[in-house]
This record gives sequence, C-alpha cells and structure tokens, in this order.
Amino acid sequence: MPLRILRLFLYQRELTPVVITVGIFIYFALSSGSSFTGSLSLSSAAGYAGPIGGIAVGQVLLLVLAEIDLSAGQIFLLCPWLEYWLHSSGVPIVFAILLALLIVSCIGAINGLITVMLNVPSFVTTLAMNFILLGVVLVGSSEASASPIPLSGKSGFASQLMGNWQWSEILWVLAITLVLTFTLTRTRFGTRIIATGGNLVGAAEAGVPIKRVKVWAFVLSAFFAGLVGIVDAVKYGTLDPGNEGVSYILYAVGACVIGGTALTGGRGTVIGAFIGAILLGLLEDGLTVAGISTDDFYIYVGVVIIAAMVLNVQFDRLVARSRAK
Amino acid sequence: MSADATPDAAAPSPPNGTPALEVRGVTKRFGALVVLRGIDLVLKPGEVLGLVGDNGAGKSTLVKILGGFHSQDDGEILMGGQRVSFSSVQSARSLGIETVYQDLALIPQLPVFQNLFLGHEITRLGPLRVLDKRSMRKLARQYLEDIHVNVPSVDADTDQLSGGQRQAIAVARAVRSASKILLLDEPLAAMGARESRLIINLVKDLAASGRVSIIVIDHNYAHLFELCDRLNVMQGGTITVDKNVHETSLEEMTELMVSSYRRSIEGTREAGA
Repeated sequence: MPLRILRLFLYQRELTPVVITVGIFIYFALSSGSSFTGSLSLSSAAGYAGPIGGIAVGQVLLLVLAEIDLSAGQIFLLCPWLEYWLHSSGVPIVFAILLALLIVSCIGAINGLITVMLNVPSFVTTLAMNFILLGVVLVGSSEASASPIPLSGKSGFASQLMGNWQWSEILWVLAITLVLTFTLTRTRFGTRIIATGGNLVGAAEAGVPIKRVKVWAFVLSAFFAGLVGIVDAVKYGTLDPGNEGVSYILYAVGACVIGGTALTGGRGTVIGAFIGAILLGLLEDGLTVAGISTDDFYIYVGVVIIAAMVLNVQFDRLVARSRAK
Repeated sequence: MSADATPDAAAPSPPNGTPALEVRGVTKRFGALVVLRGIDLVLKPGEVLGLVGDNGAGKSTLVKILGGFHSQDDGEILMGGQRVSFSSVQSARSLGIETVYQDLALIPQLPVFQNLFLGHEITRLGPLRVLDKRSMRKLARQYLEDIHVNVPSVDADTDQLSGGQRQAIAVARAVRSASKILLLDEPLAAMGARESRLIINLVKDLAASGRVSIIVIDHNYAHLFELCDRLNVMQGGTITVDKNVHETSLEEMTELMVSSYRRSIEGTREAGA
C-alpha cells in the first residue's frame, strides 16, 4: 500500500508540488485570512507567478532535451522592447507584436543552431546570449522616451486579453502550459523530444532528427517567453530596462525543478513547471501579506527547491529498489 | 521530414541476378584511424549474409555506413544495381534499409509501444502530427503476439523488461519496417537461450519470406550457421574470406578465424620488433 502511493507520486510527479502548493495556500489562508485569500492578494500572487511560469513552461522542453536556455529571461524582457521600438517607428501594433515574436524566435533558433551545429554546450551559448540581449536592452532603453506602452491601459477585449485584465497573464501561461503539455505527451514532436533527451545516440539511430528537434525546442521556448513578456509589459505599463532577466530565468528553472523535471534529460512535466511557478508566486505573496520581509523569501525559495529535488531523487531510488526486488 | 535519398534514377525492378546490395571499395577513416580499407561485398536478393571478425575489424562501422548513420570516405554503394548515397538514417530508411544497432536504440523513458513505433509513429491531424496512441497500442499488441514476444504490457517502461525482451523490441521494430534490407549488429548479444531462439526464428521467418535481404553480425558460429546462407570474414578493415555455408563447416571457419588472428598477432609483433 505505501508502495502504491509512492508509485502514484512517482508517475504523477506533479503531485508533490501540488501538495506543497495546497499546503502553502492553507497555511497562509489560516494565518493571514482574507488579506491573503482576497482577490487583490491572489492577483499579485498571479503577478509573481506569471513571468516565472511563462519562461518555465518553455524551459521544460529544453530540460527534457538535457539543454537549457539561460537567455530566456532576457528574451522575456527584450520582446516587449522590440514591439515598442517597432511600434514607435510606425509599425502597426499587430505587426509590431508579430514581428517582435518572429525576432525572438530567430534568437531562439540562433541559440539552437550554435548549440547543435558548433557543439557549444547550450549552457554556454545561452549564457553568452543572455549578456548580448541584456546589452541590447540596456543600450536601447537608455534613450527611450516616456511614451506609453502600446495597448497598456486601453479598454476593449483585445487589449484586456493582451494583459490589461489582471488575470490575463496567468491565463496565457495556463493556455501555453496546456498546449505544451499536449505537445510533449501527444505529438510526434514531443516523442522526439523525450527520445532525444532520454537516449541521444539511440534516438539518432532510430532516425530521430535530433538536431532539428533541439533547434525547434529553442525556438518554442523563446517564442513563448517573448509572448508572455509582451503580455507582462502591457499589464504593468512599463518596460523593464534589463534588471530582472537573470533572476527570472533562475526562478523559472527553480519552478521546473520544483515541478518534478530533472535536469538530466528524458523526463519532465510542463504542468509541474506551471505549478512550481504558482507555488513560488503564492510563497512570495503570502510572505508579503504576512508582513514577513521579502528578503526571507529567498531563503524559503532555496529550501523548497532543494527539498523538491531531494524528494524526486529519493522517489526514483525507492521505486528502483522496489522494482529490483 | 522529407528524406534526401538520392538514387541516380528511379529504379524499376532490377533484372534477376542483380545484387540487392553491393558495396565497392568503401573506405572509412576516423581521424588517423583507418577503419575500413576498401570493402567489396555483395548481398543477393533474399540472402542472409553473416559478418564475422574480431572486435575492431570494422564490422559495426560498415553496418553504420550501410544504415546511413556514418558516410563513407570513398567507394560506392549500389542497391538493385542503382548507385545510392544516403546522408542520414532517414534517407537510408526511405530506401528500405533498417538497422538494429549494438547499442540498443531504445528510449527508457518511453513505453514499449512507443519504442516499437519510434521513427515510424502513426499520427493524425495532418501537419500537427498528433500521435494515434490507440492504433499504435493495438498494432503493437497484435504484432508482438504474432512474433511471440511476451512483454508485461505494451505500456510498460522498457527498463521493466529483461535484456532479451528489450533486444526483441529493437529487432521487432526493424523487422517490422524493413522493406529491402535489414542490418543486424549482434542481435543476440546479452540474450538467454530462449530469447536467442525467439530472435533467430524472427529473422528466419523474415528471410524465408524472401521479402528482404539480411546482413547479420554475430560472434556465435552455431547461430550464424543456422541463420546464414553465406559468411564473410572481416579482418583489419577488409573482407578476407567469403564462403557459402554449405561449402564450409564450423570447424573450418573457426580454424580460419584462429589462423587469421595468429597472423594479425604475429604481424603486430613483427611491426613492434
């Protein structure tokens, strides 16, 4: 019986973060009451979780491939800047958004191509790309005028959808989560990702085009980070001049790990990464509402990430041992 | 995902007597190491050809070239009399060549049925390539039953299977989709007697159907004599012996191998002296 529960947790890796997330919610709901459960508080939790989740869910595809995109946080920040620059130079808003997304997708493709064609580890490729994009944003933002962010503060369905409604960002992330979950578990491309990450040589021998699969995963990760980046900029009505990019990607990888994605490749869950982001959002919001210094937040984040990783590794070992018997 | 195979001309059915596969003067180097020094090999239609030789003789490299995994430095490959060149596993495969590699191309994170269909997934909704898991499960169950491969479930993880069961899945995958040529690199390695029997029967059935021509690498002469029509011995990157199994015996082949091994040892000693 305990074995059965153990297996349930192993095969449904999302269960562990769900239990912890619900636990955190109940804890803050009991200790802080309606100041935590009120919609103001919860929408700010969603506000913390949005950028982390938007970056994390695409990152899962790369982590399953045993790759990583450290520039995804910077891409998240750069995309609305691209849209802003394009729009202020006269490009209609819809095209500015599409063009910005196209450009960040190309950045993802460059990350992927350098990684697979020149055999540079993606950790290094994207670390370098992170600094390049940070530089681009810093240089470009220095002469930015105070003109308003396109769409921000506007009424109407489209602009509400694109970020003005307080829940739109997290719903975008949820929608992307569902799309990517479907992609990973139900499509040939997803099978190819798992095969490539699980057994690189074996997948290649079986005819999986491993390089192409990797490049497309970098493109998707960049595209979705950029998309959520645009929604986030509309939501807050400001453009981040490059400060948060590095910390976003670190939170995002944390969310993936909390959600049960190993960094060794082959296994990962997009829903888990979404839940991981929600968990971090609730934690930050809960501590804020409880009046605890947000500095403490970092300590909690570290503890949760380590605990999640230890749990995952231990589950694997326990199940392996039970099978060996 | 289109294959970029390049047969020189659209090949109609080749005239009788044309080899299914012909290798002419194929060489391969890895850096300074010369692995293949001019391989000439003929595989007749419906034939089972056994490749034997010491470790490092170049057998696996040859098979990887024929499977499209490596490309040769020099020489040419003909299929049904037509010159072919493949730049990838997919292109070799689109010409009907399937390979079972020594290092088992199974994915531990995918269930049995998805491993069986890896590279040949059944999909629906056109370009979305959504997996038709139901059809694949059903076909996998049926197929494994037909060829008498027992697995706990087609949904089982492959790390729940024995080494022999895993090998059976890898062989079954290739056998299922090979339309012209099947390449088997030590298909019986790490297998128990019963599982070896299973794979041997699988390959024999396929050979008996006359549908495909087969090249098999193995170290076990008893198996090779049972499976093969002809044996080629590889030594130091060339083929040194080509014998019909009816014209030779286990004893003679063993003697040939031992003597060529002695020669190579002596050669090494002389070179060292």
